[in-house]
Amino acid sequence: MLEVTGLSKSFGGLKAVDGASLTVNAGEIVGLIGPNGAGKTTLFAAIAGFHKPDGGRIAFEGNDITGLPPHKICAAGMVRTFQITQPFAKITVRENIMVGAYLATSDRRAAAAKAEAVAAQVGMADQLDQRGADLTVAARKRLELARALATGPRLLLLDEVMAGLNPTEIVEIIQIIQAIRASGVTILLIEHVMQAVTSLAERLYVLNQGRMIAEGTPAAIAENTMVVEAYLGHGAAKVLRA
Amino acid sequence: MSSRVKMLLAIGFLAALAYPLVVPNYLVTVGMLMFFAAFIGQSWNIAGGFAGQTSFGHAVFFGVGAYTSTILHVSYGWNPWLAWPVAMAAGAVVGWVIAVLSFRAGLRGSYFALITLAFAEVFRILANSVPFTHGGLGMLIRADIRPANFQFGNAIWPYYVAFALCLVSLFIAWRLTQSRFGARLVAIRENEDAARALGIDVFAEKVKVLMLSGAMCAAGGTFYAQKYLYIDPNIAFGIDKSVEMLLVAMVGGAGTIFGPLIGAVALTGINELTRWAAAVIPALKNVQPLSLIVYGIMLILIVARLPDGLMSLFGRPSSKAKPRHA
Amino acid sequence: MFDPQILIAGVLNGLLAGGIYVLVAVGLTLIYGVLHIINFAHGSLLMLAMYAVFFLWRLSGIDPYLALPIVVAGSFVFGYLLYRGLIGRLSHGRDENILLLTLGVSIVIDNAALLFFGGDTQTVEVPYAGDAIEIGAAFLPIPKLISFGAALLICLVLGLFMARTDTGKAIRAVARERQGARLAGIDVEKIFAISYGIGIACLGAAACLLMPTFYVTPQSGYAFVLVAFTTVVLGGMGSFVGAAIGGFLIGVTESLGGLLLGEQLGQIGISLIFILILLFKPTGLFGSKA
Repeated sequence: MLEVTGLSKSFGGLKAVDGASLTVNAGEIVGLIGPNGAGKTTLFAAIAGFHKPDGGRIAFEGNDITGLPPHKICAAGMVRTFQITQPFAKITVRENIMVGAYLATSDRRAAAAKAEAVAAQVGMADQLDQRGADLTVAARKRLELARALATGPRLLLLDEVMAGLNPTEIVEIIQIIQAIRASGVTILLIEHVMQAVTSLAERLYVLNQGRMIAEGTPAAIAENTMVVEAYLGHGAAKVLRA
Repeated sequence: MSSRVKMLLAIGFLAALAYPLVVPNYLVTVGMLMFFAAFIGQSWNIAGGFAGQTSFGHAVFFGVGAYTSTILHVSYGWNPWLAWPVAMAAGAVVGWVIAVLSFRAGLRGSYFALITLAFAEVFRILANSVPFTHGGLGMLIRADIRPANFQFGNAIWPYYVAFALCLVSLFIAWRLTQSRFGARLVAIRENEDAARALGIDVFAEKVKVLMLSGAMCAAGGTFYAQKYLYIDPNIAFGIDKSVEMLLVAMVGGAGTIFGPLIGAVALTGINELTRWAAAVIPALKNVQPLSLIVYGIMLILIVARLPDGLMSLFGRPSSKAKPRHA
Repeated sequence: MFDPQILIAGVLNGLLAGGIYVLVAVGLTLIYGVLHIINFAHGSLLMLAMYAVFFLWRLSGIDPYLALPIVVAGSFVFGYLLYRGLIGRLSHGRDENILLLTLGVSIVIDNAALLFFGGDTQTVEVPYAGDAIEIGAAFLPIPKLISFGAALLICLVLGLFMARTDTGKAIRAVARERQGARLAGIDVEKIFAISYGIGIACLGAAACLLMPTFYVTPQSGYAFVLVAFTTVVLGGMGSFVGAAIGGFLIGVTESLGGLLLGEQLGQIGISLIFILILLFKPTGLFGSKA
């Protein structure tokens, strides 16, 4: 469904993403992990059209989307969320979600109905009339998810939806994400915390210093020496096994 | 909309209709100026308030409208009513040019505000220098008082035209709050990146809104020229007009339907109060600066303390009052 | 075509006028570089300082050049208090809000000047106003030469102040990394107020140097504000060297624009430069980042 090949992106002299490749198949939940500063968000932003890649190719459902602007990529059926939540502060949750829903319809009533349905799906049905600015961190994360979902995507790119949540909230959002997948949406998610993502994703990619260093099932990744060292520093794997 | 609000609006509408029939001519003109300020303020509000594209140079549209219809009328003999839509189209074209250039270059916030000011300044200097605007002398429209000629012999007809313009602008603003286009503008104002991620072509929407705003403002320019039968570069393109539109919308409540109308009522009221004060207190010979000082102070207070303007005093269902979900 | 002598004279006169623009722009760029606010009241505050120079001369007979220490000190205090009392306290959130706030301040100042000082054009009459030296076809007024030299000297002093003194170093630290400066124990709010004060003090100096050859009306502020912004944008927002070079370029542009296009149309150069720079090189000629 999504095929990224040899993607590179530099800022100044710094290579944020360096020849990274990944594949997401329809119906999967795929995780993209890596230590802080590994280039995960840059890779995401490049896939979603926010950064023009310096090299490489991005194909979505067989079509080359490299370098397309975000709104076209969104219209094609792939939408991203932001790690730092970006609610529209002065309008209500309903109106926030409607902005996403308006992608598919110009009818106000249809957009409002869609917004309410999506709000129910992410557990925000009773917060529809609250302003974006007045939401808690957990609610903002859900709103981020809901708005993206309202655009009717086939592939959802989630950037650290669990960061900053407490364990109860994490369990809730994992259930929501699983339900979204069950409804037929493929998901690629970035997560910094490995534990959270292992219970959710079938496959993981590991990015370190802009390069893809490993790919496999969560169990295989946990065993991978390079991954452990990327997270914990050189020599850590040896120590852990001793 | 609650039935109480509907009732108030209906009463306001009828009162505005009856007003010029019962008050002296002077007050009819005051009412006309108020509705006119509300109209051009709304044109600013649609770009600056709803879409968050703060402009310091909206006079560029006002002036283009005023000069387009006046040149067509005076130099080419067009009927002003016919020249009016052409003036609006000219405003839209200038809006398109400024928007495409500025937004293509990625200008936002203060930089966009300042470049609009510079555009207005370029037009002012050009109007001062090129022959077909008659330069700094300005353009006089020959008095030929016939409604068919967009000239009215009394105060009442201009009042009703300004009132109608104001109603149209209110309708446009209301449509924005009900439509996809309006929802997208608000999203762009609140967060451009998020809007982009949700499939909004931010550039295209911003170009559209500046064309709409420019056309409306240009319509105001034509009305002004036909009312006073004279324009010059400073009246048409000067910063005073730009600031007036901005003040009306900001003071009343940027991004709200009735903000510009409330702002126009407030500013007209202050203007009349200072005029009255000047008549009573002889030391206050010069009232124009006094009311502008009050406007300036209001702008400072509104920006700092009341970002939704005077509208927020009317008890909009503010979510501030609601408890936060923990 | 024009006689090259006249062109050279135009360039020289433009450079001389540019000295003042440098001073005005250095103040604006300092405020932007440190506080990250666009001070729309800059022109109005210059106009106010010009009235201060005028009234010192009219009421006490103080020569504009001798008034320099008084006006500079007064401008600094005024700027410091304006920041502490109003701008620093009320400006928060989006950058347009701060622009709108300083617009409000400029509306109040411009109209207060109109209310209290009247709309007449005021000039200072000094005996040396007409003195000039001739270099070829160039006719260079002595007061303009003085203002040019003094403006450069003041910029030099300011540069030394920024480089050598503790306050100057603190200002530069805040400009570069305000969070870090705060953690290092610098009173950032105070530095903001001092920077704003210095920015306005530059205007005080500019006012003293302007008045022997120029006039003041309540509209003078608006006449200067776009020039100041253009200078700063041309040089790159926040860049001192850029402001200096920008000031001279603008002075020359204005002078040659007037020569080639006539008095009216000549003014268009400034606005066009402003637009073109923002559209095609928003970092300015010497700016490092957007």
